Amino acid sequence: MRVGLFIPCYVNLYYPSAGIATLRLLEKAGCEVVFPKGQTCCGQPLSNAGMHHLTGEASRHYRELFSGVDYIVGPSASCCLHLREHVFEWSEGPQIFEICAFLTDVLAMSEMESDFIGTVAVHQGCHGLRGMALGQATEEAAPFFSKPLAMLQMIKGVRIVETDRWDECCGFGGTFSVGEEAISVRMGNDKVQRIIQSGAGYIVGTDMSCLMHLQGLLLRQGHTIEVKHITEILCYES
Amino acid sequence: MNHKSHASSAAEFLEDSARVSWHDDTLWWIRAKRDKAVDTVPDWEALREAASEIKRHTLSRLDTYLMQLETQAIQNGIHVHWAANAEEHNRIVYNILSQHHAANVVKSKSMLTEECHLNPYLEERGIQVTDTDLGEYIVQLRHEPPSHIVLPAIHLKKKQVSDTFHTHLNTDPGNLSPDYLTAAARDVLRKKFYEADAAITGINFAVAENGMLVICTNEGNADMGMHLARIHIACMGIEKVIPTVEDLPVFLRLLARSATGQASTAYTSHIRKPVPGKELHLVLVDNGRTAMLAQPHFRDALKCIRCGACFNTCPVYRRSGGHSYHTSVAGPIGSVLSPGQNMAAHGDLPFASTLCGSCSQVCPVKIDLHGQLWHRRQEINQAGYVNGMKKLTAQGFAWLLTRPRLFRLLLNFGGKAGRLLSKRPFRRLSAWTRHRDLPSMPQARFDSWYNKQYEQQK
Repeated sequence: MRVGLFIPCYVNLYYPSAGIATLRLLEKAGCEVVFPKGQTCCGQPLSNAGMHHLTGEASRHYRELFSGVDYIVGPSASCCLHLREHVFEWSEGPQIFEICAFLTDVLAMSEMESDFIGTVAVHQGCHGLRGMALGQATEEAAPFFSKPLAMLQMIKGVRIVETDRWDECCGFGGTFSVGEEAISVRMGNDKVQRIIQSGAGYIVGTDMSCLMHLQGLLLRQGHTIEVKHITEILCYES
Repeated sequence: MNHKSHASSAAEFLEDSARVSWHDDTLWWIRAKRDKAVDTVPDWEALREAASEIKRHTLSRLDTYLMQLETQAIQNGIHVHWAANAEEHNRIVYNILSQHHAANVVKSKSMLTEECHLNPYLEERGIQVTDTDLGEYIVQLRHEPPSHIVLPAIHLKKKQVSDTFHTHLNTDPGNLSPDYLTAAARDVLRKKFYEADAAITGINFAVAENGMLVICTNEGNADMGMHLARIHIACMGIEKVIPTVEDLPVFLRLLARSATGQASTAYTSHIRKPVPGKELHLVLVDNGRTAMLAQPHFRDALKCIRCGACFNTCPVYRRSGGHSYHTSVAGPIGSVLSPGQNMAAHGDLPFASTLCGSCSQVCPVKIDLHGQLWHRRQEINQAGYVNGMKKLTAQGFAWLLTRPRLFRLLLNFGGKAGRLLSKRPFRRLSAWTRHRDLPSMPQARFDSWYNKQYEQQK
């Protein structure tokens, strides 16, 4: 199976380790991975800011980059959701997966080799949780499940702590984070406080965009809690 | 636009941090109550689906059901009026009142009359209107609009209510006892009920097959008003019609649970005919609803039963308060509806959301609220409500997306600039760095690392 590795722009710039870990996990599982050159930004910030009409060229660019692969897999549920809904528009062609969902749903992984030891709070970003159905949020009357949590639970050294209001949005929201700065910061601080109360040493998530927002607040306030993309935990080697 | 944007009103609201926590926790508590109530209904999701489909069906032949409702209502002895817009609605209500020389009117909660700004219209013409829902009465005394469609005075604390009552009702200063304050309001409102010449109410559901009107309240104030007054004027948006009596329990089971976590409202009144010797008027209002029906992206918003669940679950609403939305209906549903009525005034509201999707999942009639907010954003930009600089930046950014080399160059530059902005003297220059650092730059970008590792080996 041919997997096209999709690396969102901010992961490329700020969090290459999440991309490397994603690549390692896919290769370890025996996938043939290609990394199409020429990836820029998928255009989500434009679409969500109400300027989807400007993204036609970018969408075509991305469809061409990933033509000929069976799956598109990336370390960001939010950007993958954009590819699915607004770039490929649910058309036939490559299937688009966030990495955790790919590991559980397509590769049916039941164990994970990782030496990671630590106490983690899991931040399940909204686009992953509700948009990509990586888990069941609390609004609907349906049994709980969580693909990222299921992956982390396969690792012996990972101690997962529960946080109050676990499925409430962190307040990042793309351009919302600057357009509605005051609310965004407040939502982020509320999230950070609840995570501090949980006693976690790490915040682990499927989207570095949410985590960049939380990390920004943590750094500014001098907290020592680290943020990590889930893939970095899943293939951690000591 | 003669009001502040949501973002700046929200920033003001957020200045009082403790108060924001209180507002947020109070509404979150109601959301939690709702969750508990939902757990007692075995087929909650099936019920939501049924309600959504009944509404879809009804909207698909709204004209038929409205005509049926009219015929049945007339047969029941109800006077039926049609209003194309808010102005017509207000005029119809005023004409009925003035024909009967009604000077005092009691009104139970009706978001439609808020939408139409009926109170000021009647007051300007010498009619005294008293809002009889306790929360609405409080905000009326304070000359404020309601901040929540189900909990109109949720932005106020006991102290403020006590002060307001002291000023207007001469209650003891500093007495914060809810029992005392409620009793004081009750005394005044009882008199208003007895004196009233007419009662105005909203409508929760109108059944087409038999012309029955259903009103849900927790205080019995709608009942008190319409039983005592000689004239009852019921005002409804045309989307409130449902086909049959059998459809009603589907909505009644969803409404109160979604709104407050109650199994049902304390009072659910079913009205068929006017009492002999009294008059019952029904005013059916369009005010932009048929225009919305014609828009495929926004049609579903007409399914709304005004339960307020999307307000309580919305992390933005809970932290910014209802008044920051500068509309009669705030919250996610308000942000979908209001730009449809006045895009110039309310075009900022669809952006007051992270698109987290909690509203869509909590909605008892399954409106894809965050999807609609996304579509509103597109519509607002297409209509030209975007400032020139933003537009130019967006166009430049879009142009870069198919030019990988240049994009990477600017990405690097952006990363470096971001680090600089995170430093103390520059922080306040950007909305990100005022309160947040940007990450430090790694040794190499992912694509550079990949080239080194993979491409050069080949």
